[in-house]
Amino acid sequence: MGIITCSNITKKFGKFTALNSVSLNIPKGEIFGLLGPNGAGKTTLIRIINQITLPDSGELMFNGAPIRPDAVESIGYLPEERGLYKKMKVGEQAIYLARLKGMSTREATAELKEWFVKFGIQGWWDKKVEELSKGMAQKIQFITTVMHKPQLLILDEPFSGFDPVNVNLIRKEILALKEQGTTIILSTHNMESVEELCDSIALINKSNLIITGKVDDIRRQYGNNHVEVIYRGESPVDIAMAPVSVVSDELYKGNRRAVLDVQKDATSAQILGELIKGNDIVSYQELMPRMNDIFIKLVTNN
Amino acid sequence: MGKSKISVIIAREFAIRVKKKSFILTTLLTPILFAALMVVPSLIAVYSGGEEGLEIAVVDRSGIVMPYMQNDEEFVFTQVEDMDIEQLKGGMDSLGYFAVVGISELDSSKNVSVVTYSKKQMNMDLKNRISRNVEEAVEDYKLKGYEIPQLEQIMSDIESDVRLQTYTLDDKGEEKVSKVEIFMAIGYIASFLIYMFIFMFGSMVMRSVIEEKTTRIIEVIVSSVKPFQIMMGKILGVASVALTQFFIWIVFTLLIVTVAGSVLGLNDAAQTVAAASPEIPVEEITAAVQSEGDGFLQALKGVNYIQIIACFVVYFALGYLLYSSMFAAVGAAVDNEADTQQLIFPITMPLIIGLFLMLHTFQYPDSSLSFWGSVIPFTSPMVMMARIAYGVPAWELALSIGVLVLTFVGMAYLSGKIYRVGILMYGKKPGWKEIWKWLKY
Repeated sequence: MGIITCSNITKKFGKFTALNSVSLNIPKGEIFGLLGPNGAGKTTLIRIINQITLPDSGELMFNGAPIRPDAVESIGYLPEERGLYKKMKVGEQAIYLARLKGMSTREATAELKEWFVKFGIQGWWDKKVEELSKGMAQKIQFITTVMHKPQLLILDEPFSGFDPVNVNLIRKEILALKEQGTTIILSTHNMESVEELCDSIALINKSNLIITGKVDDIRRQYGNNHVEVIYRGESPVDIAMAPVSVVSDELYKGNRRAVLDVQKDATSAQILGELIKGNDIVSYQELMPRMNDIFIKLVTNN
Repeated sequence: MGKSKISVIIAREFAIRVKKKSFILTTLLTPILFAALMVVPSLIAVYSGGEEGLEIAVVDRSGIVMPYMQNDEEFVFTQVEDMDIEQLKGGMDSLGYFAVVGISELDSSKNVSVVTYSKKQMNMDLKNRISRNVEEAVEDYKLKGYEIPQLEQIMSDIESDVRLQTYTLDDKGEEKVSKVEIFMAIGYIASFLIYMFIFMFGSMVMRSVIEEKTTRIIEVIVSSVKPFQIMMGKILGVASVALTQFFIWIVFTLLIVTVAGSVLGLNDAAQTVAAASPEIPVEEITAAVQSEGDGFLQALKGVNYIQIIACFVVYFALGYLLYSSMFAAVGAAVDNEADTQQLIFPITMPLIIGLFLMLHTFQYPDSSLSFWGSVIPFTSPMVMMARIAYGVPAWELALSIGVLVLTFVGMAYLSGKIYRVGILMYGKKPGWKEIWKWLKY
């Protein structure tokens, strides 16, 4: 059972269908990538989970029961378009947003102080947001999104606008939150961070769910079952009894690199077991397609 | 949960505005202006003319006019026999005369001519008095010349004293002194203030909605609180700012007026006026009304301020609620203030119509146009304020307020729908068609 389960969710705006009978399951404790080109319907789905928009039909379950209005207090949402009150002081503003999530002023103040220390920004408390740089404001907004310790965190392009140092800081915090059991929905166009962070994904295109599942399963599914073998030697790879055929074999940085097409049902153990008999193997790895390629392939073919 | 969150929103909307320098300044300075507006006319009424016992030399060569010159607190007429006009003219300052009046001998047709000299400009009042007194003297002298028997008897019979005193009758058939000018002034000020405040605080709501939309913080807030609660929280927050401001204005104004009154010695005047309440006998009122200054003060006292202030607050509050929910919907529909022009028209139009109806209502407080204007919710806050000082039957007030409340509820519902969709829509400027569609999402 997932933390969020959508069944046949449809949402129309006039004649335009934003989501067409989307069903998906977001497992608890995972980082879940929500992918799709611009205008695919991701934001609509996020807004439905946030109960900002009501679906026309379909059911949305939160922790196994139909979602209730007070679920908003268990959800933290960082929208893609960031924004804070420009004229309000950082501390006041963060407390205000936390109170809207159901925290008391005292709880919010204590929690905020911790985060300010963690991010090393204690001096910002009485600054107005308009005095902060864009990156600084983004940090504040990240804190306000997570400070009420939500069970479910929805982050829409969380890394945009950050320098590499801060990207790393935010990535660390996201992983730490996952450690603590928070489920995170990560909506992003950055496929590298999907490969790196996400356990599962869903790809939405033109209002329809194209694919959902574990990242590794999907990559394997869309791969052509090739493995790469790097070995020492002058002559082409000796495949002898291994259940493979050679796709290519060439010099590679002083060694040789062979791409092998694996026969159906063959395991890595079988292949390696045979290969190792006639070759001095340096490395062996499955060749999985990049998420980027899968994304482009699925979206353009759709 | 919902309630406590709306109160968090109200508290923020209130706090950010009340802390602004501009709010503090206008809240503290406006009562001084109000107080000045109230105190200055009373001061003028009490100290009109200012100086007392100015002596005016009269050279009366006709021998008939002098007995007719009437002295009062301000001017004292003194007959001078041992000097001629030229001497008096030259010695006006040293002799301490304010003015010199020269009256010629009676001519062949028993008329006189009058010249006056003064260093300072004579006011209209004094000029009129002198010519009236002289005319009276000459007329009496001419009449006497006809040697009509029992002339004095006839004259006192003819002399009539017509004074126009208007009364309106209230429900119980009791008389109320009608003070049309005062009512007009109060009605005008009250309804104009309502018009101004609805505009001012309504567009405050609109700007605040636009701000949340352009800074994009609305998307975060809307993930915590229902849009309708955000909208109502904002409207009520600004309303509490307005009511706080009114409260401070009223208290400070009364304070300043009271203090200024006792310091400037207005209290005595006010006391005598206070005695002249609408219930007192006609003679006393007539006596009071005879003197312009006293009449003004007396009329001011005769107005039911409690009722007017109460109605003002109620009609401002309800009118504001109605219009600000429309302002909020417009704010939600656009991306920036410049785009509000077209959409704001249906808000400004009825407000301006209300203002024009109010001007009509001063003249004809009981016309059917005034009646309907004070019932139709979009104009009633202004029009009813224009009528209120004249006295409005209770059922009409109840009807007007009831209609206003119901319309607000309906409007809040519709605006809430537009707001809910609008705050998350960016990019193209929506037209009426678009907004109509939003109502059905």
